[in-house]
Amino acid sequence: MFESLTDKLRKVIKDIRGQGRLSESNVQDALKEVRLALLEADVNFKVVKGFIESVREKAVGRDVLESLTPGDQFIKVVHDELTAVLGGAGAGLELKGKPAVVMLVGLQGSGKTTTTAKLALKLKGQGRTPYIVPADLFRLAAVLQLKRLAAEIGVDCFDSDGYKNAADICSEAARYAGLKGYDTLLVDTAGRLHIDGELMNELKNLKRLLDPSEILFVADSMTGQDAVNTAKGFDDAIGITGVILTKFDGDARGGAALSMRQTTGKPIKFIGTGEKVDCLEVFHPSRMAGRILDMGDVLTLIEKAQAAVDVKQTKEIEKKIRKDTFTLDDFKDQLKSIKKLGTMDSILSMVPGFDAMKKSKDVQIDEKEIDRIEAIINSMTKKERQDPSCLNASRRQRIAKGSGTKVQEINKFMNQYDQMRKMMKKLRQAGPRGIKAMLQGMGR
Amino acid sequence: MLSRIKSGITGLKAKLTRTHNAIMGSVEAALTGSSREEILGALEEALITSDVGVKTASEIVDGLRAVMAGRDEEKLKGCLKSAIYNILKQVERPLEIGVNQKPFVLMALGVNGVGKTTTIGKLAARYSSSGKSVMLAAGDTFRSAAIEQLELWGGRVGCPVIKQAHGGDPGAVVFDAIRAARARGTDVLILDTAGRLHTKSNLMAELKKIKRVIDREMPGAPHENLLVLDASTGQNALNQARMFNEAIGVTGIALTKLDGTAKGGIIIAIANELKIPIRFIGVGETADDLKDFNAGEFVDALI
Repeated sequence: MFESLTDKLRKVIKDIRGQGRLSESNVQDALKEVRLALLEADVNFKVVKGFIESVREKAVGRDVLESLTPGDQFIKVVHDELTAVLGGAGAGLELKGKPAVVMLVGLQGSGKTTTTAKLALKLKGQGRTPYIVPADLFRLAAVLQLKRLAAEIGVDCFDSDGYKNAADICSEAARYAGLKGYDTLLVDTAGRLHIDGELMNELKNLKRLLDPSEILFVADSMTGQDAVNTAKGFDDAIGITGVILTKFDGDARGGAALSMRQTTGKPIKFIGTGEKVDCLEVFHPSRMAGRILDMGDVLTLIEKAQAAVDVKQTKEIEKKIRKDTFTLDDFKDQLKSIKKLGTMDSILSMVPGFDAMKKSKDVQIDEKEIDRIEAIINSMTKKERQDPSCLNASRRQRIAKGSGTKVQEINKFMNQYDQMRKMMKKLRQAGPRGIKAMLQGMGR
Repeated sequence: MLSRIKSGITGLKAKLTRTHNAIMGSVEAALTGSSREEILGALEEALITSDVGVKTASEIVDGLRAVMAGRDEEKLKGCLKSAIYNILKQVERPLEIGVNQKPFVLMALGVNGVGKTTTIGKLAARYSSSGKSVMLAAGDTFRSAAIEQLELWGGRVGCPVIKQAHGGDPGAVVFDAIRAARARGTDVLILDTAGRLHTKSNLMAELKKIKRVIDREMPGAPHENLLVLDASTGQNALNQARMFNEAIGVTGIALTKLDGTAKGGIIIAIANELKIPIRFIGVGETADDLKDFNAGEFVDALI
């Protein structure tokens, strides 16, 4: 995410950092680099112009020139400005009416159908009772695709088969949802070009019919310069209330986010971060700006960890560490929590500086490593898990066979486990104060 | 014959009106600039806002700077046209179905939502109406209802579709398909694959595996690895092309959804930087709207 843009800006900022003080001329150079980076990131030409101007105005000022660390000041100016362009504070969904209606609109292939299911799952998780309405009669098998996804996530779905137009589907679905007491209607519409008058009229008609509280424009984060025109086209025609950016797990620099926000003034509400139905995250402008500047996205990581790790379980583990009864079974539970956070790659990309490190050192993350360790533990007997010291050569060979690994891998893992135990022991002996001292020592 | 070509050009022109207007509007606005540099700067902007990319746009403008004298509008248009034509001409190589390869195996690749399945449907219609026997293989076993979508296309065109259950192994599907195509003496076998982001190493590895399966079953196949790109994509299309190419070798590109959008300049950047043959451009919903890429026609429609 935003990887390349991050790289570019870091380079610019490094150049400034090398200087003792910030002069007008090196703001000029830095801005040139920022401009180029933003253009290469597909931010619209006009948006870039405006952005650069406001950064220039704010950067070439007393604060920066008199500051002792001009580089840091410059980063802050760019960061604040980026946050402002991306939309200030984050905006949630506004669900009014009974049922509240959410319409998803956008170009072909932007990811409306998948996003409809993702959104339904998210709302279901928040305790709402969503009802999915497939109203894309145009693309082959679109209705079937949504029905399948709905079944997969356990959300009810209107049966659109046999209907000839989207308006009939919507009015019937709305009537039915009212009867059955669903509180949110999620309407997937057919993909269309913003210049297709006939299809845009259909959308206007659906809007009149449904009186939606949210009309979300679903856009591909890889979209180029035209993002401004399509977003504006939809906004002018039917009045969108927000944007969902999809396919954000690729390496697109995502300049479209800046462009669309700037031209429509509508907030970006969610981002799609994977093919699976639970891969939909709330969009945080300030975090995203931080990410662009390679300050990492630690907040998202913490939130994810909180959702995945059971507090009670954590307390239990703490107790076990204190009493030195942390077994391989507990270790396995820990691995499970980590896996809930997502792939290793996606977790690590939220850590500051990781993207740059990955590029420079060509780090390959082995996503299977956790699976292998799990398999190794699963192939142990209860006794072995409680007390790994009994693992002799023949036991290790049996485990290797059972888990489809090699004896060497088991040796390696057991060594790591031993080291971990030693570390825990040290922590325990050091006590709370000692732990703090140790951590500070590591930071140095 | 001549009139057919002519109508072909005007047809394309009509489809690319918006791109044409966007570029020509900016060119005309650029010409109002007071100095030569101002005009060139405005031209560069026009190219960048069409997704040509900073690198290729500045190369084109630098080239114009070298040849442009004065500010004659017609002359400028001519120079711009030939600059773009020269870039695109290098990648104009329409796909030829070899008669010695039976079946001719075409594998469609690309990220999610670019229009792979639709392009396959259109290709099937094209080849089958030109008298070739066509078979489709439902290699996208991941996305819900992808198999059914391909089957509906098969029904429309009237060609068999080889498939397995949703969630199955795509390698097994293509294995079956090649056997079936051989047994029935099919001319063209078109393989659908699941959309995948080029950055997902496990999914790219799966693609390599599919290719190995095909190659083992029929050495030399697939004869065409067709990368499908969405014309509204920005500079990321370059990354997509590069990484799919590194993973399994892309032999041709189909650029979809060129109609309606004011952009599509990414095609020029890809031609300039990667030199991968551009086989088809998609300019509309119907099967006829998938056209062989022709640099001359394209540039004529553009400027």
